[in-house]
Amino acid sequence: MDSDNDNDFCDNVDSGNVSSGDDGDDDFGMEVDLPSSAERQLDADDYQYKVLTTDEIVQHQREIIDDVNLVLKLPTPIMRILLNQFKWDREKLLEKYFDGNIEEFFKDAHVINPFNKAPEAIRQKTTRSQCEECEICFSLLPPDSMTGLECAHRFCLSCWREYLTTKIVAEGLGQTISCAAHGCDILVDDVTVTKLVQDARVRVKYQQLITNSFVECNQLLRWCPSVDCTYAVKVPYAESRRVLCKCGHVFCFACGENWHDPVRCRWLKKWIKKCDDDSETSNWIAANTKECPKCSVTIEKDGGCNHMVCKNQNCKYEFCWVCLSTWEPHGSSWYNCNRYDEDEAKSARDAQEKLRSSLARYLHYYNRYMNHMQSMKFENKLYASVKQKMEEMQQHNMSWIEVQFLKKAVDILCRCRQTLMYTYVFAYYLKKNNQSMIFEDNQKDLESATETLSEYLERDITSENLADIKQKVQDKYRYCEKRCSVLLKHVHEGYDTDWWDYTE
Amino acid sequence: MSSLPRRIIKETQRLMQEPVPGINAIPDENNARYFHVIVTGPNDSPFEGGVFKLELFLPEDYPMSAPKVRFITKIYHPNIDRLGRICLDVLKDKWSPALQIRTILLSIQALLSAPNPDDPLANDVAELWKVNEAEAIRNAREWTQRYAVED
Repeated sequence: MDSDNDNDFCDNVDSGNVSSGDDGDDDFGMEVDLPSSAERQLDADDYQYKVLTTDEIVQHQREIIDDVNLVLKLPTPIMRILLNQFKWDREKLLEKYFDGNIEEFFKDAHVINPFNKAPEAIRQKTTRSQCEECEICFSLLPPDSMTGLECAHRFCLSCWREYLTTKIVAEGLGQTISCAAHGCDILVDDVTVTKLVQDARVRVKYQQLITNSFVECNQLLRWCPSVDCTYAVKVPYAESRRVLCKCGHVFCFACGENWHDPVRCRWLKKWIKKCDDDSETSNWIAANTKECPKCSVTIEKDGGCNHMVCKNQNCKYEFCWVCLSTWEPHGSSWYNCNRYDEDEAKSARDAQEKLRSSLARYLHYYNRYMNHMQSMKFENKLYASVKQKMEEMQQHNMSWIEVQFLKKAVDILCRCRQTLMYTYVFAYYLKKNNQSMIFEDNQKDLESATETLSEYLERDITSENLADIKQKVQDKYRYCEKRCSVLLKHVHEGYDTDWWDYTE
Repeated sequence: MSSLPRRIIKETQRLMQEPVPGINAIPDENNARYFHVIVTGPNDSPFEGGVFKLELFLPEDYPMSAPKVRFITKIYHPNIDRLGRICLDVLKDKWSPALQIRTILLSIQALLSAPNPDDPLANDVAELWKVNEAEAIRNAREWTQRYAVED
């Protein structure tokens, strides 16, 4: 990819690079910029992203540096610091450079202005021949054992080495290590670091750190989130897109989660948070239990009369489940409960009723979501068993090409399952309206077709009925594929035309 | 423990030879990395007249990492909590190996002169310092009299 193209990409996104923070605002910002689904369809094949190895990322960094330096002609190490300060957004950097005060430009970037010659005094100091004291180790050393950055704070080589190593290894700093002098914010450039640090492991760590910060702050790059994968994906413009890493992992470029069409990043994030935290547990407790009025132990009433005896052996308090006051004046039947306050009890019942129904609603979607997730895990096993079946079939006079339909069927099954799984997240936040009912019909249709396909693949294939089953499987997966795309298209259309109302 | 680095030996020597007014730091006789520190409350501060005991420890990787300093004498200050822990930038992210015990203790003394309730460690103290500075200063004086003045 040549550098001209890169420039075009930057033009498409006006704030090319912002910190890839995790706050929801980012997601929201991205959604505003989403092209309509018609456009999405049109350029679906034009979204040309690239998977980069670590070396290619380093190379890409150099290309950006060289590219900006065609204009600015600054020393490469300084350019790298400047670009990092501007989150690798060359447009912003150039704008600021030509726009404002040059002195301030370098000061803000914590770099000594390379156009200013170092003051005479410092130059003289460096050519002095008598020993200097290192302010860190208090040793008196000849000038050639001392070094410093352009800010002229000089320390001995071994203190510098130790300082940098501490910053890199213990504190995990890369491009943001500043001069060792107190109160000096001038940054140490990468060439100086590699010159001063000899330990290969520390150097490797440093390289990793600066590469990582490059990827993290560059909005057009994202590390593949798969465990132990070292590839990063580079896209022409940042938005919620399905990207496939070289390691085989498929994910959403915008949020890094598994590809989650039709639900949007923002809702998925909310959903995952909801599922992860304990709020549903406490909702269940609120909806289904009361506390003993005396010892506050949590009680679930699973039947029986309203005369409660606390099971806590230290408490054994007898009370009325309805009014929660002591049982004594109630006599033998709770209908005599004279403390029963109609209004209070009603509002308590309503509140509990509300909690119960919202919990039931959540569990409805959650169970279906988890069910598809679970099934997807089994589907991975299915790949293995299908492979075996394909081999069997080839021994039954079928050619290699003739048995490929099985693998394709499992591929489609997995894709449908994944889509279905995320349709439940989408549906959970969706308010009922006519379009949402159409969506639910689509969902139902896809779900039952997917289950049938799954059944065929799980059970029905034996060597006797090959030809017959092949036809059935092919018909079914084509149907699933079609229904899946109909469902997604309908949701996208809804995004573009604002059909969807949300519950939150 | 490995032998004492030259830096610590030299620094201790200089600290003994040229003491800072109002600050006294003496290494423990059994542990050259542990210092018994006394800081007198600065004039024109609510801590005036007080003698504050602190402990200072130089960790293994000193001077690459900052010394650990803690007030032993109770003190009413928005940036010092009940355990005597100090919220001071040069003890944390602004630490530089070119700083020394001497400079750190001077910074702590300066913190006594200029409390910073906007960056609090002791929340209740900082809160009062902001809404009713006069009362907070009165409290600080009282604590100084009660805990930091020897009869």
